[in-house]
Amino acid sequence: MDAQFVYIGLAALFGIFMAWGIGANDVANAMATSVGSRALTIKQAILVAAVFEFLGAVLAGGEVTSTIRKGIVDADLLSGTPELLVYGMLASLLAAGTWLLIASRSGWPVSTTHSIVGAIVGFAAVGIGIDAVKWSQVGTIVMSWVASPLTAGFIAFLIFSSVQRLILSREDPLKQAKRYVPVYMFLAAFTITLVTILKGLKHVGLEISVANAYVLAIVIAFGIAVIGAIVIRRIEPDKKMEKSQHFYTVERVFAVLMVITACGMAFAHGSNDVANAIGPVAAVISVAQSGLVGAKSTVPIWVLIIGGGGIVIGLATYGRHVIATVGEKITQLTPSRGFAAELAAGATIVIASGTGIPISTTHTLVGAVLGVGLARGIEAIDLRVVGRILISWVVTIPAGAILAILFFFVFKTILP
Amino acid sequence: MGNLLANIFGSSPVQPLEKHVDISYRCTRELKPFFQAVIADDWDRVREIREKIASLEHEADDLKKEIRLHLPKSLFMPVPREDLLELLLVQDRMANRTKDVSGLVVGRRMQIPAQIADEFLEFVQRNIDAAKQARKSVRELDELFTTGFKGAEVNLVEDLINELDRIETDTDDREVELRASLFEIEATLHPVSVIFLYRVIELIGQIADMAERVGRRLELLLSH
Repeated sequence: MDAQFVYIGLAALFGIFMAWGIGANDVANAMATSVGSRALTIKQAILVAAVFEFLGAVLAGGEVTSTIRKGIVDADLLSGTPELLVYGMLASLLAAGTWLLIASRSGWPVSTTHSIVGAIVGFAAVGIGIDAVKWSQVGTIVMSWVASPLTAGFIAFLIFSSVQRLILSREDPLKQAKRYVPVYMFLAAFTITLVTILKGLKHVGLEISVANAYVLAIVIAFGIAVIGAIVIRRIEPDKKMEKSQHFYTVERVFAVLMVITACGMAFAHGSNDVANAIGPVAAVISVAQSGLVGAKSTVPIWVLIIGGGGIVIGLATYGRHVIATVGEKITQLTPSRGFAAELAAGATIVIASGTGIPISTTHTLVGAVLGVGLARGIEAIDLRVVGRILISWVVTIPAGAILAILFFFVFKTILP
Repeated sequence: MGNLLANIFGSSPVQPLEKHVDISYRCTRELKPFFQAVIADDWDRVREIREKIASLEHEADDLKKEIRLHLPKSLFMPVPREDLLELLLVQDRMANRTKDVSGLVVGRRMQIPAQIADEFLEFVQRNIDAAKQARKSVRELDELFTTGFKGAEVNLVEDLINELDRIETDTDDREVELRASLFEIEATLHPVSVIFLYRVIELIGQIADMAERVGRRLELLLSH
């Protein structure tokens, strides 16, 4: 069974490549908001990303991994020729990874999700047959790509409007910030822990009842809010800096909140996007080991390590430059705005992860930023650039598909 | 190639606008030593300050062009782009009027009659005060953007603009008094000089007018 090792070896290699691409492009974009608002330094952002991406992937990434692994291709059609699924998944990984590399070099914030879904649909439709694609499932995913930025935008609009009303427009914004920011902390922590407990933990073998899940989520979120409140209480007004910007100290309170939402964002990203790299790897391993398509098996822990590790390497080697570039330019996204965008995007992504829908982090975050902009929160948004970003997302799908089809036929010819 | 995500945020006009009003004010501020030197008949110093005024006005002009260049129509902002451009324009005019005044005085080597010298300097000072108040108001622009043009900050800016209006009214009153004083002694002066003195007073008064219009423009932003 030499072929088995070749398959698994290639899958691991391409999986790391894809994860590297995610770390270089996607994670970097997600973490840049926190760096741009100076809530975190680049080193801290990489640390936060490393820890919480990992936790997100392991604790809440199961549903999306299984969608990528077996939700898009109809495995029944392949029961006679399991090797086709292996070629296809390898081709998809290589295609999406390659496209991410090209995009990262060109500075396009493409979606890793779009590229991997485009690639899988591409190889399945052309390499195997139109019927091999579960079109209804793909339809749901594509619709979620429209719905997710809209949802995140709407939530961000509501959150930031409430910040304006409760804190920024008041006579004593600092006092109000110290009072209300812990509430936002609670909300952020509550959403993420609840979805994790309800949807994620069963993949690591823990079953908790719904009622207990709520109680546990409330307890954890309350604990985080209390710690946050203590940290905030110790922030003293900086009279000198307030002279030139009256909201200097208020923003520092929001910066504490943003550390929490940044963790949440990394967690959310891990729960959704790590699957893009490890889903196909898991599919290849399952077929290679059992020789069967659609065999029931859990994702081996080393695959998760490949996913998490590849992302951290991508972040440390290439992503840090992206963070620096993006972070430097988005200083308009002060902590009071940045947290609203991150909280809205993070909540949207985690909920999508819970239902197993692979959505795009970058995509959702841009939607959230525009939502803050609609609440008159951002000084200037360049709509031309927004248009170009939309185009780069649309282009990603056929680009991933064409590359995947190409690699698929190459693998079919050269692999055993 | 730049990163597209980073470029979502167009260059914000807020800081540049605040910087522009600062330069414009610093330009008008030079009128005080300028006229002191004129009254002291120290023409080397007059020309020196005139150079300074011209270079500040030039600096404001360059920044104005720069800001316009970075405000494309594709920008989505909490306030209309046109209103910001109008604000910029009136800010710039404070510096323009200052340069016009200094040019006229140097060109004609004008003398300020000793009888009205003190009143004249006070009038100049009040116009500079108006420009200063305009600067103070515009400096709240970033806070206004932070609050999304809502709440306590809006009241604060409204108070600043009310004070600006009060100063402008005061300059108007003083202009009337100054003209009256000049009228009383005009028979003793050279007729052409008198005509240009009236012209200089009018131009100086326009500095406060422009400052008031800065306030009006800011007020328009608040009403959105």
